[in-house]
Amino acid sequence: MSQVVHTPITARTPGTGAGFGGITSDAAGTPDFAAIHDSPEFTALRGRFRRFAFPTATLFLLWYLTYVLLAAFARDFMSHRLFGMVTTGLVLGLLQFVSTAAITVAYVRYARRRLDPVAAELRAVAGVAAK
Amino acid sequence: MTVLAAPAGQLGSPPVNLAVFAVLLAVTLFAVYRASNRNATTADYYAADSAFSGRRNGIALTGDYLSAASFLGIAGAIAVHGYDGFLYSIGFLVAWLVALLLVAEPVRNTGRFTMGDVLAYRMRQRPVRAAAATSTLVISFFYMVAQMAGAGGLVALLLDVHGKAGQALVICVVGLVMILYVLVGGMKGTTWVQVIKATLLLVCVVLMTVFLLGKFGFSVSALLDEAANNNANGHDVLAPGTHYQTVQSQLDFISLSLALVFGAAGLPHVLMRFYTVPDARQARRSVVWAIGCMSVFYLATLVLGYGASALVGSDRILASTGGENSAAPLLAFEIGGTLLLGIVAAIAFATILAVVAGLTLTASASFAHDVYANIFRGGNARPAAEIRVARLTAVVVGALAMIGGILANGLNVAFLVALAFAFAASANLSTLLYSLFWKRFNTRGTLWGMYGGLGSCLLLVFFSPVVSGAPSSVFPGVDFHLYPLTNPGIVSIPFSFLAGYLGTVLSSEKADPARQKEMAVRALTGIGTRTS
Repeated sequence: MSQVVHTPITARTPGTGAGFGGITSDAAGTPDFAAIHDSPEFTALRGRFRRFAFPTATLFLLWYLTYVLLAAFARDFMSHRLFGMVTTGLVLGLLQFVSTAAITVAYVRYARRRLDPVAAELRAVAGVAAK
Repeated sequence: MTVLAAPAGQLGSPPVNLAVFAVLLAVTLFAVYRASNRNATTADYYAADSAFSGRRNGIALTGDYLSAASFLGIAGAIAVHGYDGFLYSIGFLVAWLVALLLVAEPVRNTGRFTMGDVLAYRMRQRPVRAAAATSTLVISFFYMVAQMAGAGGLVALLLDVHGKAGQALVICVVGLVMILYVLVGGMKGTTWVQVIKATLLLVCVVLMTVFLLGKFGFSVSALLDEAANNNANGHDVLAPGTHYQTVQSQLDFISLSLALVFGAAGLPHVLMRFYTVPDARQARRSVVWAIGCMSVFYLATLVLGYGASALVGSDRILASTGGENSAAPLLAFEIGGTLLLGIVAAIAFATILAVVAGLTLTASASFAHDVYANIFRGGNARPAAEIRVARLTAVVVGALAMIGGILANGLNVAFLVALAFAFAASANLSTLLYSLFWKRFNTRGTLWGMYGGLGSCLLLVFFSPVVSGAPSSVFPGVDFHLYPLTNPGIVSIPFSFLAGYLGTVLSSEKADPARQKEMAVRALTGIGTRTS
């Protein structure tokens, strides 16, 4: 029950007040989670997050699974020499590193531009210190 | 080179290895001492006051994650089996995308000290916390025994201690130092140990890699060719298949891959690291740094593994005391002589120490916070009492790990790490994802998912060739195996998702809508998240 933490950390930047959607905090400083949850701003934030995270997660899992299945069952394909001693398997394996890096960078950029500002705005409205 | 020719396979000089290790111990103990705080609060002890930066925590995550099994095991597997060893590292790395996209930030935002915090957020506290603690303790224990037993083998290889009694003594010393880290330093001290160890490990493997590539004129092709020429498997090592040749072993490999990719983000000691940073952005940065460090590490291991095959040769590696695990130390000796070997040996030891310390801290936090404070005391435990329980648990867990390590010494325990991943994937990840992203998920679903995943894993392993019926089994003399694969993941992961789903829809209990909304808001925005 130590989770029911309703005392917000000392607001370094005081909330900007009830900016939209009638989101307010009660006297004890407890944010009204239900109101925030049902506000269009939060719905939009959740939509943005899910639209990126879910398809991307599905995509990289499929790509990884394809690679694993190829490694397990398509040995001839994987041992094909592309140049020198470098095989298809090695290149596909290295591509897993590349895709991991690419997804990481893409998510960080997406989150910084499309998620963090909305989350910060919601925090400010709820009267919690904006980071 | 004459030292290397000793018949026992002893290489380098044990006094040098010991000396380097002693220096490393002194440095880490000093760091832990500096980080210690006599009047620690629970937030200090469990989460280092959530004051670490994402970068530092990312490096510490790398340290927590790269156990001796990754360092020595993967390099050795690549040196001997070639490409098939490389497959492990890809699974270990890709798994972090699950943490990045779905787990790290919401876990930071909704929890405070343990995995149980997140899972129990909108469920009935007692049963869910009990399940979370059970899963955490089981996973930590399995993972720890694997590390401790590995210490025995490492000692034989590097310090020339071959008697069981001598190895047991070293395992005890490792256990005691580790307990000291946890008791004195708490999360802050343990984090610093991880940072020191991970930095040394990365610097060491990168330098060795650059040296190796230089030796082959920076031609990867030449390195691969030489590796293939000196490997008993010849040019087969450049593609998958040397290790997995039957349909059964191919399925086993797929099962292992699933466990790896879904398991990493459910490992309790990894989850607990996300609480050492102040907010979700820093949690995200932690994972980004961890992915960066690990990409470098696994790429370097690829070169080191093939390099060991090229310079040392697979036959000599397999003939030495530590078998596959000795590839990296042998390579170090080959290119840097006694001193580099000493450094690599010391880092391998520090790795075991640091990983076990992280696990002990996690287990003690889960017991003290989930079981003692929230189940026994209904969430009203005095912080001082809670910390006392946590410290006591750390001592007990450490002692159990020592005993387990001594008993398992010499047994084939490599499967324990893979098993810990399978547990984490089956019991923890499924319930975490449901809890965070499925509105209807409720207490019964959580319990069914966790116990279903844990139980199916345990049963499958018990009836697998790991325990009986194969020459490499724990009990090779008897045969009661029913499940053909050594890794349960391919069955237990889907089963746990199914159990979580069925438990939810078959229960008349409704999810608490107010808490669900609160959790959803907190997970995404961090509103109401306590950071210290």
